[in-house]
Amino acid sequence: MLRAVDAAQALADLTEISSQIVQAAIVGENGAVLASTFGDDQRAERFVAGVERLLAEADAVRQAQGLPGLTQLEAATLEGSVFVVRDGDRPRLVAAVTRPEPTVGLVFYDLKHCLRSIEHAEPHVPRARADAPA
Amino acid sequence: MPRRRLVTAVLLGLGSLAGSVLYRRRAARHRERVDLYAADGSLTSVTDGAPEAQRLLALARELIRQSR
Repeated sequence: MLRAVDAAQALADLTEISSQIVQAAIVGENGAVLASTFGDDQRAERFVAGVERLLAEADAVRQAQGLPGLTQLEAATLEGSVFVVRDGDRPRLVAAVTRPEPTVGLVFYDLKHCLRSIEHAEPHVPRARADAPA
Repeated sequence: MPRRRLVTAVLLGLGSLAGSVLYRRRAARHRERVDLYAADGSLTSVTDGAPEAQRLLALARELIRQSR
């Protein structure tokens, strides 16, 4: 059974189990950094901005080729790989940089597991009681 | 005579080493690519050399540099 944790804990678990991951960040709605392995916020925000540019470019390629919605990507270079996994319909994603020639399937599995383990923070809306006066 | 053999062996060794390095570099260059996974489970691979790959790989390299 999957243990629901917050984003920071999910990321800590991810980097503990995956030695291939160099840096990673979990991004929420409107590009908000929910958690990252970067030491300072500025570096994390720069990284996330870069991830969003990469995703926008990948979406443009997908649209040009008439493909359905993009769920995940891997950009492999000689210096390492960049992985991005979107969390289904939720406005959340996880991005990671790995060392060169990673075990692709394993990294994707770990990133998806990381996203699934984050508890879904529903906005708290107080429910009106049935017997409450209108 | 033994000296000539030694030189030949060293030259052969160096040649093999250089060839191996060149081969590995060329093979590695071909491994640069971007794999796009769609919602229907399909995969599109954009390989280095394709015009759309240049921008995607440049952005990825920038992210990797930032991660160091």
